[in-house]
Formats: sequence, C-alpha cells, structure tokens
Amino acid sequence: MKIAVCVKQVPDSWAQKTMINGLLDREGVDAVLNDLDEYAVEEALRIVEAHGGNGEGGAHTITLISMGPARATDAVRKGLSMGADSAIIITDDALIGSDALGTSKVLATVIADQKFDLVLCGTESTDARMSVVPAMLAQRLGWAQLTFAGSVIVTPDDSTVTITRETEAGVDTMKAQFPCVISVIEKINEPRYPSFKGIMAAKKKPMAVHSLSEIGLGKQDSWSAVVDATPRAAKAAGVKVVDDGAGGEALLNFLVEKKFA
Amino acid sequence: MSQVLILAEFSADGVAKTVAELATAGARVGSVTALVLAAPGKGGALAGLITSGPIAEVVVIESDAFEKYSVAAASDAVAQVITARAADAFLVASSAYGKEVAARVAVQIESGLITDAVDVGADLTATQLVFGGSTTVHSRVSHGCAVITLRPNSITPDLVAASPSITTGAFEMSASAQLAQVISRAPYVKGGRPELTEAQIIVSGGRGTDGNFAVVEAFADSLGAAVGASRAATDAGWYPHSLQVGQTGKTVSPQLYVACGISGAIQHRAGMQTSKLIVAINKDPDAPIFEIADFGVIGDLFAVLPKATEGVQARKS
Ligand SMILES: Cc1cc2nc3c(=O)[nH]c(=O)nc-3n(C[C@H](O)[C@H](O)[C@H](O)COP(=O)(O)OP(=O)(O)OC[C@H]3O[C@@H](n4cnc5c(N)ncnc54)[C@H](O)[C@@H]3O)c2cc1C
Ligand SMILES: Nc1ncnc2c1ncn2[C@@H]1O[C@H](COP(=O)(O)O)[C@@H](O)[C@H]1O
Repeated sequence: MKIAVCVKQVPDSWAQKTMINGLLDREGVDAVLNDLDEYAVEEALRIVEAHGGNGEGGAHTITLISMGPARATDAVRKGLSMGADSAIIITDDALIGSDALGTSKVLATVIADQKFDLVLCGTESTDARMSVVPAMLAQRLGWAQLTFAGSVIVTPDDSTVTITRETEAGVDTMKAQFPCVISVIEKINEPRYPSFKGIMAAKKKPMAVHSLSEIGLGKQDSWSAVVDATPRAAKAAGVKVVDDGAGGEALLNFLVEKKFA
Repeated sequence: MSQVLILAEFSADGVAKTVAELATAGARVGSVTALVLAAPGKGGALAGLITSGPIAEVVVIESDAFEKYSVAAASDAVAQVITARAADAFLVASSAYGKEVAARVAVQIESGLITDAVDVGADLTATQLVFGGSTTVHSRVSHGCAVITLRPNSITPDLVAASPSITTGAFEMSASAQLAQVISRAPYVKGGRPELTEAQIIVSGGRGTDGNFAVVEAFADSLGAAVGASRAATDAGWYPHSLQVGQTGKTVSPQLYVACGISGAIQHRAGMQTSKLIVAINKDPDAPIFEIADFGVIGDLFAVLPKATEGVQARKS
C-alpha cells in the first residue's frame, strides 16, 4: 500500500495568538505538528504494521505531505521520527494567506500525481479549526470520503476500507474501495513517542521541498477575506469565593442574581 | 432580490432548531428557500414540519442516496440547487455533517467558504470568534456564492409562522459521490435533557466527579440544563463521548456554563470559552478554569453542588 498522511504545522495550542492584517501571526509563536495529525500518522503506521510494515524490508510506504512555511520541516520531522518514510513539503510565498480551498487544491495536486491508495488526515487543524480539508480533498480527487473515523479496518486483499464515522449525530459504519481519503478522530489511538532511533533515522529520510510552480500551479486566490479582526476585551476578573460551608449558597445567590434560578 | 438557500435538518423529534436560526440569518439577506433532503416518500411529511421561521419556499428532493451516501450525496444535491437558482448564499448548521457538505459544495461551485460563523449580517459579512474566543473576526466570501456554516444557538431565531410554498426538486448524483457507502447507522439516542448545542444552560463534570455524575445531573436538572463532560470524564467511560465539550467534542455557547471538577485545559476551553457566563467549582484555587470564570467557588463539588441544588429546588416550590 502507498499511503499519504497530510500533516500541518500549527502554532502551539497554548501560545497566545494574534492577528496581523487579518492573518494569523505565525512568526511570533512556537510551531508544532498539529496534535490531531499525530493520530493520522499513528493510524497509518498501524495500518502498515498490521500488513508487513514499511521502511526497510516492508512492502508499504508512508509519505507525509505538508503545505506551509519553510519551517514546516520541523513538524514534518516529527512525523518522520514516528516512522513515516518520506515527506513532500510545498512552500511558496504565494501561499501566504491561503484558505482551505487553496490548501486542498495544492494538496490534491500533489496527491493526484502519486497514485496513493489511501490518504489520511486529522479531523481538524488546531489553528484554522475548519474540519473541511479532508472532505475537499475527496471531492477534488473524486475519491471515496471516509471521514471522522473512530476506527479504521483496511483489507489490502480486496482493497477495501471500513470505518466507523463518529460524530455528534451518532456512529455510522462506512465502507469503500481504494483510493480513499480518511480522517481520524483523536479517540482512535494513542500516538507513539518518537524513539531515539526514530529521531536519528528521520534526519536521513528524504524530504522533497517544492514551490507552487514546481507542482504546476500558480498563485491560489483566497475566496474569502477578513474584513477586520479585533481582540475581545479581556473579561473582568470574576468573583471567587472559598467554600467555608456557604459556597453552595453563594452559588445559588449568583444564579438568582443572574436570573437563572 | 437575493436568494438564500438553507439546508433543513430533522431529528427524531422533528425539525431541528437550527432551521429557524438559519432562516433568520438568511432573511436579513434575501428570500429564504429551505432544502429538504429526504428518503423516498418521506419528503412531504418533513416539509410539513417546517412551520416557523422566515421561510418563503421549501424544495424537497427525495432519494435513498441521502441515507446511503450521506455527505457526498447531499453536497451534490445542494450544489445543483444553488447553481440552478443562482443562489447568493448557502447557509448550513455547523456540525461535522454541515461543515463537510459545505466543504464539498464550495469546491463544486467554486465558491468561498466560511465556517463556524456566530452571526451573519445583511451584506453577508460573517462574524467568527477565533483563538478560543479571544478575537472577533469579520469576514466575507469574495468569490461565488457565500457558503457559510452557522454555529447552532448563536442567533435568536425569528419564530414567525411560516407557510412556505413547497416544490419538488431532483438531482443527479455524480459517480464519485457513490464511492463510500453507509453500511449501518446508530444515531445517538437523545436523553431527557436538552441538546448540548441548543441548551441555554450547561452543567459539565470532569475528573473531579470521580465518576459520580449524580450530583452534576441533579444540579443540571434543577436548572433544566444539559449535561456535558470533559475528555477526562469521557475517556474514563463515565459519560458518553457524544457529550464531550471541547476542541474534539462539541463547541457550545450557552447563556450559562457551569464547570464542575474541570481544570480548564486549553482543549476544553476551546469548546466553551464563548459561553456568556462561566461558573467554576474546583478544589484547586490555581485551576486555570478560574481565569475565565465569572463566578468561582473554591471547594469540593460534592459539598457545594447538593446545597445549590436544594436551594434552586426550594425557590421553585
Ligand atoms: C488532541 C487533544 C484533544 C483534546 N480534546 C479535548 C476536548 O475536546 N475536551 C476536553 O475536555 N479535553 C480535551 N483534551 C484533554 C485536555 O487536555 C484535558 O486533559 C482534559 O480536559 C482534562 O479534563 P478534566 O479537567 O476533567 O481533568 P483534570 O485536568 O484532571 O482536572 C480535574 C479537576 O478537578 C478538580 N477536582 C478534583 N476533585 C474535585 C472535587 N471533589 N471537587 C471539586 N474539584 C475537584 C481538580 O482540582 C482538577 O482541577 C484533549 C487533549 C488532546 C491532546
Ligand atoms: N496546510 C496543510 N498541509 C497539510 N495538511 C493539511 C493542511 N491543512 C489541513 N490539512 C489536513 O486537513 C486536516 C483538517 O484541517 P482543517 O480543515 O484545516 O481543520 C488536518 O488535520 C490535516 O490533516
């Protein structure tokens, strides 16, 4: 099997984020591999490990694909040190400010070029929080969409994938033939920590960096635009009471004052 | 006049509350048409349930594909209706389903997409709260039909009586929409309490409950509230995953959110930080949840909640 995992470099969830000219200020904060994409990398590893593995001696390959600034290489290294085989990074100044439509176009172009069987994604990037790129990829590629997977079963013999789609609406079981776009929820597995050996090996793994023109695309216009962005006034510090036996009553009084009780 | 298409969704209880919310936002922009995607023979009855909200027309499309191919089939239908009617905007509720339908539609009709709006103005400017609610962003779709997903419970619906005209539509499904098939479905069964995303008040429990949600539920019931949980509580199996609040659970924005025995990790806050009022009960005075709480009680939830519950009940009787 030839598997791709789409991974995004995002600002650390804990970092204070600000906007400059309607765009997230990515320079001012630490960048990490999107948490949710670690689950996708882990699931890809588990899929190949159940069927003979990847890397030296394995029949399968896992390629990471990432679109982002040049320093996206740091986050991609983490995926490689977990066990992926190689990476493709698309970086270009013309991509600054891309929306999900542009991102999915770029990713789909790279994927379509390579005859993958499966593409795995996280369900959401912690910065944009849109949860739309995997569905857009399926639409653009004309592939089966198996998203919000809480479990994934791959049967290489008949090239099928069965997932449980777990959303607020309930649990659906869905099935499709290769090639598929799969997104995984965080409940699916526990991502491994890169081992020392994995970290050392990652330094030698191939990482191809391409500009937009190298993949045959021009500048992608963004089809939505930020009009303005304003930090909301910091909330006034709330009232805190220590429960000395009257905490329940204090809570009740607050609820009454606010007309909830 | 501008044409706005909304996607009408239904649950076992009838028409979703989001229908009137979407219609209310849409009516600021132009004339609202609600699209009903139904199983064969079921469309008329569903359309008949749409009795409130500023909705001028209902278009019903019946096909077994909506059950069988879910998001992919729905997005083909929506894209074709938008194109046929040259709609200026398409509004759908923010949920995994709604966002994915919007995503595929935006690609198909080559239009810009805005997700998780909390408001939409008459000129289709969308308001979003980003970075855990710390920043308000206004944005606009600059190309094609404005595809916008609206967070449930964000705008006050205009519940004006509706008597829309009902028309029947059809669509042609693409081959690629039939590639992934739904084999079986297990919808979440709704309990007796309000839906998390629709509730005015939510009381949530975390690891601090130590698996005993009875006090949390009793307090919630006294207030007529929904019950939510942190991931620590859902991971431990104390509460259903479907009721998890946070980055990978539900995003909620009730009038009042009460966090009981929840530390306030960033991933939890991402799902509840925009609540109008936040109350926290926690033993640890340094718990980060207090940083965003309007009112906090430093104490044992097992002591504080029962007393407050009793007090609320006493006021009712
Ligand atoms: C990718 C990813 C996604 C995540 N998504 C989510 C998500 O969607 N939602 C979510 O909630 N979390 C999510 N998390 C987990 C999150 O980081 C925290 O681990 C989780 O929110 C902690 O839950 P908690 O506050 O209940 O538990 P803890 O952090 O253990 O806090 C328990 C609190 O209870 C207090 N306490 C204990 N006993 C009592 C008592 N008797 N009375 C009063 N207070 C008491 C303690 O002082 C403590 O502050 C995610 C994490 C990751 C990595
Ligand atoms: N710039 C990107 N590069 C690679 N993968 C991405 C990128 N943006 C989004 N993705 C993938 O799409 C998923 C959902 O992202 P989003 O739709 O932005 O919430 C992520 O978890 C990634 O797997």
